[in-house]
Parts: sequence; structure tokens; C-alpha cells
Amino acid sequence: MNAPKRVSATGPGAAKACTVNPLRMSQPLGAALAFLGIDRSMPVFHGSQGCTAFGLVLFVRHFRESIPLQTTAMNEVTTILGGGENIEKAILNIHKRAKPAFIGIASTGLTETKGDDVAGDLRRITAAHPELDMPIVYVSTPDYEGAFQDGWAKAVKGIVESLARPAATIRGQVNILPGCHVTPGDIVELREIVADFGLHPIVLPDLSGSLDGHVPKDFSPTSLGGTRVADIERAGASEATIAIGEHMRPAAHALTDKTGVPAKVFDTLTGLEAADDLFAWLSALSGRPVPEKYRRQRSQLVDAMLDAHFFFGAKRVAIGAEPDLLWALGAWLKEMGCTLAAAVTTTDSPVLAYLAAEGARIGDLEDLEAQAHGCDLLISHSHGRQAAERLGVPFLRMGLPIFDRLGAAHRVIVGYRGTRDLVFEVGNVFLAHGHESLQSGAPAGADEPLRASGFEGSRACADARHDHDSATEAYWP
Amino acid sequence: MDSLANTVQQVFNEPACGKNLGKSDKERKKGCTQALQPGAAAGGCAFDGAKIALQPITDVAHLVHGPIACEGNSWDNRGAKSSGPLLYRTGFTTDINGTDVVFGGEKRLFRAIREILAKYDPPAVFVYQTCVPALIGDDIEALCKAASAKFGRPVIPINAPGFVGSKNLGNKLAGEALLEHVIGTEEPEYTTPYDINIIGEYNLAGELWQVKPLLAELRIRVLACISGDARYREIASAHRARAAMMVCSKAMINVARKMEERYGIPFFEGSFYGVSDMSEALREIARLLVARGAPPDLEARTETLIAREEARAWSRLAAYRPRLEGKRVLLITGGVKSWSVVAALQEVGIEIVGTSVKKSTKEDRERIKKIMGDEAHMIEDMAPRDIYKLLKDARADMMLSGGRSQFVALKAKVPWLDINQERHHAYAGYDGMVALVHEIEKALYNPVWAQVRRPAPWDAEVAS
Repeated sequence: MNAPKRVSATGPGAAKACTVNPLRMSQPLGAALAFLGIDRSMPVFHGSQGCTAFGLVLFVRHFRESIPLQTTAMNEVTTILGGGENIEKAILNIHKRAKPAFIGIASTGLTETKGDDVAGDLRRITAAHPELDMPIVYVSTPDYEGAFQDGWAKAVKGIVESLARPAATIRGQVNILPGCHVTPGDIVELREIVADFGLHPIVLPDLSGSLDGHVPKDFSPTSLGGTRVADIERAGASEATIAIGEHMRPAAHALTDKTGVPAKVFDTLTGLEAADDLFAWLSALSGRPVPEKYRRQRSQLVDAMLDAHFFFGAKRVAIGAEPDLLWALGAWLKEMGCTLAAAVTTTDSPVLAYLAAEGARIGDLEDLEAQAHGCDLLISHSHGRQAAERLGVPFLRMGLPIFDRLGAAHRVIVGYRGTRDLVFEVGNVFLAHGHESLQSGAPAGADEPLRASGFEGSRACADARHDHDSATEAYWP
Repeated sequence: MDSLANTVQQVFNEPACGKNLGKSDKERKKGCTQALQPGAAAGGCAFDGAKIALQPITDVAHLVHGPIACEGNSWDNRGAKSSGPLLYRTGFTTDINGTDVVFGGEKRLFRAIREILAKYDPPAVFVYQTCVPALIGDDIEALCKAASAKFGRPVIPINAPGFVGSKNLGNKLAGEALLEHVIGTEEPEYTTPYDINIIGEYNLAGELWQVKPLLAELRIRVLACISGDARYREIASAHRARAAMMVCSKAMINVARKMEERYGIPFFEGSFYGVSDMSEALREIARLLVARGAPPDLEARTETLIAREEARAWSRLAAYRPRLEGKRVLLITGGVKSWSVVAALQEVGIEIVGTSVKKSTKEDRERIKKIMGDEAHMIEDMAPRDIYKLLKDARADMMLSGGRSQFVALKAKVPWLDINQERHHAYAGYDGMVALVHEIEKALYNPVWAQVRRPAPWDAEVAS
């Protein structure tokens, strides 16, 4: 049995033994999503087939896309005897049926508890089967440690360590290592920004190639696009690496250690100041001025903030999210004048210290709900809908999974334009909940004369208050 | 694990299963699930199956003992509806960490049960075992027994860790847990000669509610539905029913058979899908109840209701005929639905270009042959790539299947309808069949198909 490397920072800790309404998802899922950002890839869970089935359903519901995800199909007997044979069979089967250009393997709680030596198994398997011409990357991601974000970070670090090589610098080439909270839509936005400085980005992993929701010309059993293996191999020739989110720091540093490419970590790209940092940095790296298009976008963002700040000031917001998404949203909301009524996250991270004053903590949606009474907005992935409904507070879906709204992959919250749209989206939620009512601020009972005098507006306003991203609708697909 | 291994063997040796009876002793021991192919497997695990089967019990706290994966990655993802309590939608898990893996998770589990009882006060806690605690030897059977005694509240072990087998096996192990620990432990407030159990119906999208009013009209009471929209107490007193219907092929056949054995409750296997099947189910319920002493006029009253409902359903379905006549549908599902919806679709003039029989029993296949005339339309196993090609070549106008193959159809720009567990519409009963046909019409005639199939301007230029 493996000794745990560190005590998992699970929600309960000493305080409670039972996690109620989980916010957190497990590490292998995060790893699988990172692997899905590689072109023609097939992620595999080394575990029971159920581990894969749950992950698959979760991603299918969020992205509304087919998800390639396989399993070593461990059972009780093979677990006890060791899973080497199942890993070999799985790889050979996948190679035969799907012909992927990349295989990513993530361990699970089951096989970690047993203590399979997967790295050793893989050396044996690749030596015995020279026909396996695709890279196979393995990461150790026990379900009982860390969270989704950790699994993503480990997978990207593993890919970099396995595949990137030192190379002579190519002028203008930059690497972008997005965190797991960066959507395909965000990646598209970033690529455009970077390219407008005359730079050539390699994005790793690139979900905008595989899970941006498009209709391919033909059927494919593997991912529909993403970072090509050849591009990962030449990431060592880049002038610099941009990492987005604190959890990408280890992968960026691993790339530096291996290839010498210097790394710049942006803790967030949401908000005026964060976007300014990005544009200033890109301008310095490229030696080009910020293009006129972005100067205009910045001006639009500033104007949006001026128009919207009335509705943000002193609003109390409760957020449950993976650490770096929590930070991106929390920091930005604070810049807009909101206070954080609650900040609950999934795993250990430097952002816990950034938000120490707000009492940021690792926990579950029960904890978030307990602190969110009377708040003006609750933000979490779709699972927060039950809490929002009970509390009767407006609810904004952010993160993953979002299974009861469309277009999750195309949400953009980075850069000037992304922030501007986010200002409008959140501002509109605040507006819909109170500021539209002509009666707000009226003393109790003051609506009676209005109604008696046939004042139509009161009804319209009451309707408007319900006409939001309603958390109170009885919706459970 | 010994008692679990015994239970698994016992479940595999199901005498009421025709498929099982046809096997040699050796084959039987291997169980009824095909060996899984690493790298080419799909589908859920035993834990998944157990949770599907029991989570619809609405007032119980469902506590998953395991690492975050088992509950955190999967909760709140099914549409079993409740007419009252909502506790079943709350996700409870011990969320064990690395320390628990080393030192054992039993203490955390015990504390978790105590916390749930203190905070949520449910009539019972169901504790689901998963792979990791099973592997490290957490004994949930003993622990649940101790917790029940200590807290004076039923704490029920559901011993179906994922790695023992498939979803179907998990359904059955969940049934075993009910038989062992729940059914027969309480008495109903009163009984009637019209009390029945419905076994293997989960009230997805509220389907049970399309059947219950018809039963109520016949004065038939559902004493317990196992487990759709059920309360703990109903299941605990289910042993006083006069008859039972087993729905959903063979998922819980062990429950039906053992309740017959232990409590003398006769059962039949039926389906609420399809007009004639619905009628057949009502007829059979009435017959069994009368045989057990219900007033004999029940059968005549049932026939009257059937005649009225069938006439209404067929006339409503006929209205769709002009627009659906000759449309070709590919049916990728399994078991009962591979034939039960076929008759209704044929009635409105739909042509079934194929129906999958991978998960169907011998009887299912016989029914298909009878309804469709030959075996030509049976599809043994079709790879997604081949389904895609079939649809892309326009050899079908539409596909009905489960969510898993949804995007195979949509990416081929062919209409698709969900008829498996994630569906949002209720297709059970007479109204359900009309609803299904209505959904088919809505999908086929959506103008979006003409739009999305338009060539892009740049492709059109090349063509012309």
C-alpha cells in the first residue's frame, strides 16, 4: 500500500466527517480533461469501469459532446493480483480500435490503494510492443487526495516532462499553459490576443481544438483536435511560457527546468488590472505597441465598469469553485465593490492565503449554503442550484460541470472584452433582482395603493424579478 | 468480503431467470456479466447500479462510503422525481482521505452517520460500499449493525463496491440489501385487497405518475414502488402486498422472486411502454389480485378502462399518422424497449429500420421477430462509427437511443431522441406513448435540420 504523500485536504477535516453536497470532484477527472486537450488523444483511467463511466457522463453533460475516455476495467481479482496485464490489454485494444496519436493514463483510488507500479508496467509494455508508436503519459492521481484542479495540473506537468525537449529559440513563439478553469472560449480569445502581437502561440492543453463544440467532417473515436504532439515537442523552442492560474506554476517551471524557456504566471486574466498586466507583458515581449483594437476594448471595459458599479457596490457574493476560478472571480468582484460573503474551494492552494481575510476555506456546498444566507448572489457549478433554490438567492453557474445551461464551453471571462461581458452578465443578475422594481425601498404595504389605483408597473416588475436565471424553477434533468 | 462473495454467487444463481437456467454449473458461477475488455469497455459499475436502484427512495439519506470520486463525480445526475421529500437529492459521502486509506475509514463512517442523523433526521441511512474501503477491509455490514443499535435508527449496508461487477449486478445487490434489511421490518397502517408492489420502476421524469391515476381509478393501491418516489416505510412494509409487477426487464428479478418465496406475493413481468403492453400490465395486475381474493369485478372494470384508454390513445396516435407515415427510425436501446415501443411506432406508420438486441433476452428477440416479421432488423452490436455511417448515408430519418450515442446522430445532422434514463419526458402509459410520438414528430419536423444541412457558401461555390 502506498503511504500517502500528504494528508488530503478534504473538506471535513477535523470539523465534520461527512461531506454534504460535494463541490469537489476527483483528480483523475481533471487529468482526463487535460489529456482531452491533446489532438487525437485517448485518456484512460486505471481503475474500475465505473470510474470512467461517471467521468464520461459528467463531461458529456457539460460539453454536450462525445467524450473519448477508456478504462482498464479492473475488477476485484485483477486489483489484488496487480493491474499490469489490464493496462497492456487496454493499450493494445485502444491502439487497434481507435489509433490515437496520444494516450494519457490516470490512476484512481482503487489502483493507488493497491499500489500498482504503472510506470514500471509501461516500460515493460512499450519495450514488448514496438508497434506502439504514440506517446503514453502516465500520472498518479489517487481519488482520495487533492481535487480536479490538481489532476489537471499534474497531467500538464506530466505531459511537459515526457514530451517537451530543449531546442534553439524560435522568435515569436510562446507557450500558453491554461488552467482547468480556462474555457475553450477563453483560449480562442487568448490566441487571438497573442497573435495580434505577432506572436505564435502553442496552447497546452488546447480544449478549443477538441471541445469547442463543432461538427467534424467525419466520425472519430478520439479527441477531435487539440495540441498536436509535434507542437508539444517543440514547446522548448518558445521565447516564453504564459501560465494561467497558480496551479499551472509547477508545469510552467517544469518546462523551464527541462528546456530553459522562462515562465510568467498570471494568477488571473479577469478584471481591468489583470488584463492590463497581460497586455503590458505581451507588448514588452513582442516589442510592439498594444493594437488599437484592444485600446478600444479597454475603453469599453472602463465604461462598462462606470455604468455597472452602481449595482455591484456592497453586494454580498458567495462563491464555491476550484481555487483558481474562485480567485479569478473573487478578486474581480472585490475590484467591482462587492464583498465575499463566503469563499469555499476544493483543494489546497496559494489563493487560500490571498482570500484569507474573506475566510476562504476548503469545504463543500453545505458549508457554502450555511454562509450564504441573505447574500445577493451565489456562484458555483450547476450542483449549487439546490442550495440557491433553498436560499432563494440569485444563482450564477460558473466552473464545471454546468449541465443545465447551454454554451458552457464558450463563456469568455479573460481579457478586456471577456471582463466587459462578465460585468454585464453579473450586473444584469443584480439588476434583475431588485433594481428594476419601482417599489424597492417602499415601506411595507406601500404597494397596496399602487395596486388599487391600477398601477400596471408593479405587476410587470414583480414578473421581472422572477424572469432571471431562475434558481427557483423546478428543473432537474 | 466473504459474505459479499456469497451474495454475488447467490444472485448469479437466479432460478427465475430463464437465461441462467440454460447454463451449466460452471457457466453459472462465472456470473451473468460478460468479461470486460480493458480499453474497450463501457458502462457503469456495481456501485452505480446499486445507487440507481435505491436513490429514488426519497426520504432516505444515501451515504457513499468512499473517496470523493464515487459521489463527487456522479451525484445529482438522474431524473427520478419525488412527490414529497427531497433528501434523496442531497449528496452525502465520507470523502475518505489518504489517512483513512492507511488507518481504515470505519471511524469516519460512523461519525458521518451520526452527523447525518443529527442534522437531517432521516427515517434511515443507506450506506453504499465502494472499491477503496472494500479493498482495505472496512466492514460496513458490522458497522451499520452497530450504528443501528447505537442510534436506534435503521442504517442499511448496501454492499456493492464497483469492482465486483456491472451496473446490472449492482441493481441486484441493492435488491438483496432491501430483502435482507428493509422489507418486512415494518407493518403498513392498513391493507386492502388491491395492494400491489411495482418492482424496478424508478419514476424517471415522473413516469410512475402516468400510471398511478389509472391504477387509482381501479382502486388499486401501490403499496410500495421499488423504488420510484418511495418512502422508506413503504418499502419496509412492502411484504403485505397481494401481488407484484416486475418492470424493467430483469434488473430486480431477485426481489420479485424472493418476495414470492417468502411472503407468497405472486408477480409477473410487464412493461408500461407501448399501448398494448400497458393494457397487458393492467390486465395481469387485475388477474393476480382477483386470484388472491380481490372482488372479481375488478377484471371487468379493468377491461372497461382499457377499452376507453386504448381507444383514446389510438385515436390520438392516428392524428400523427399523416406526418409520420413512412419515416424510418433506428432504435438503439435494449431489453424491453427494443420491442415494446415498436408496435406504437408502427401504428403511426413509422418504419423501424433496425432495433438493437445486444441487451435483449431470448424472449425479447422472439417478440421482435413476431412484431417485425423477421430477424433482418435485429442489430447485434453496432459500433458508433457504423451508426454514424448509416445515418450519414441517410438510411434512417431519425435515431432513438440513450444519451451515450446522442452525438453520433447529431454530428451526422440527423434527428435524435433520448429514450433511456436521462430523458426529460415521461413515455410510460397510454399518455406516454402519445408523448413519445409527439416528441418524434417535433424532432423530425424541426426546420433546423434543413438549416444545418445547408452547405456553407464556400462549399456551395465549389459544388457549382
